[in-house]
Amino acid sequence: MVDEAQLSKVFAALADPTRRAIVARLADGDATVGELAEPHDVSVQAVSKHIKVLNDAGLVSQVRDAQRRPCHLEAEVFDLATRWIERYRRQAQARYEKLDAVLAEMQAEENEGANQTWGSDRSIPEQTRGAAS
Amino acid sequence: MTTVSRYQATISADAEVPIIRITRDFDATPAQLMRAHTDPDLFARWVGPDGMDTRIIDWDPTDGGRWRYVARRDGEEYWFRGCFHSVGEEQIVQTFTYEGMPEAVSLETLTFEDLGDGRTRLHAQSLVDSFEGRDAWLASGMETGVDQGYAKLDALVAEL
Repeated sequence: MVDEAQLSKVFAALADPTRRAIVARLADGDATVGELAEPHDVSVQAVSKHIKVLNDAGLVSQVRDAQRRPCHLEAEVFDLATRWIERYRRQAQARYEKLDAVLAEMQAEENEGANQTWGSDRSIPEQTRGAAS
Repeated sequence: MTTVSRYQATISADAEVPIIRITRDFDATPAQLMRAHTDPDLFARWVGPDGMDTRIIDWDPTDGGRWRYVARRDGEEYWFRGCFHSVGEEQIVQTFTYEGMPEAVSLETLTFEDLGDGRTRLHAQSLVDSFEGRDAWLASGMETGVDQGYAKLDALVAEL
């Protein structure tokens, strides 16, 4: 179960571009710190620090596998955090699609002629440029 | 005719300060977006989610003016209020409070960036008073309860 304090850690952990790249890589499969460091211009120590942040947030775990200690993405935690933020984004999107419709109607009224109702606004005539339907 | 929206909202949660940022483009001028945010009749038409009926109670979109509205659905009422701190030509700074949690106040900065060609980018920034408050807010998703597949996550992470 992810509580709000942990969710804050998840958001903070995902705010860093290197850590996002690490998470994206781990989504393809487990990898060691050394493997994770390869594509990045950073040291193994630096990647280890990032892994620690991701680990504290519950996003990544390290399992002992013989000599290797591959990092593993805890998909459920990642999924929950991103789902929450995505849901919030969708609400904003739905709201703004309604705003699109209101704006389109405002423009239609403005285009209807000189007896527009929105007061004088010199930006209005520019809206008529797309005359061809 | 209805078409699929060509613009998508993007959202990010700042790591250093308890801020939520939303960005969205519109086929409209900054002046038109400003009107849609300050004219109470226009505002009431788009601010609520589907099925919500929004009624404006107080509305004074001037520096220091106050606003208050109630959203209704299925017999439930949700009251919101705040102050228009400053209303400029391309920016509104205002406070926002859900009256069910009156001590939690967020500071909202709405900026209408002129992209030219009749397009405008809205930057909506909400500064909440704590990380806990912000994350509870993000988690309070309310009505949409959408179940997503992993395909959506790649795109989302790119936006975070």
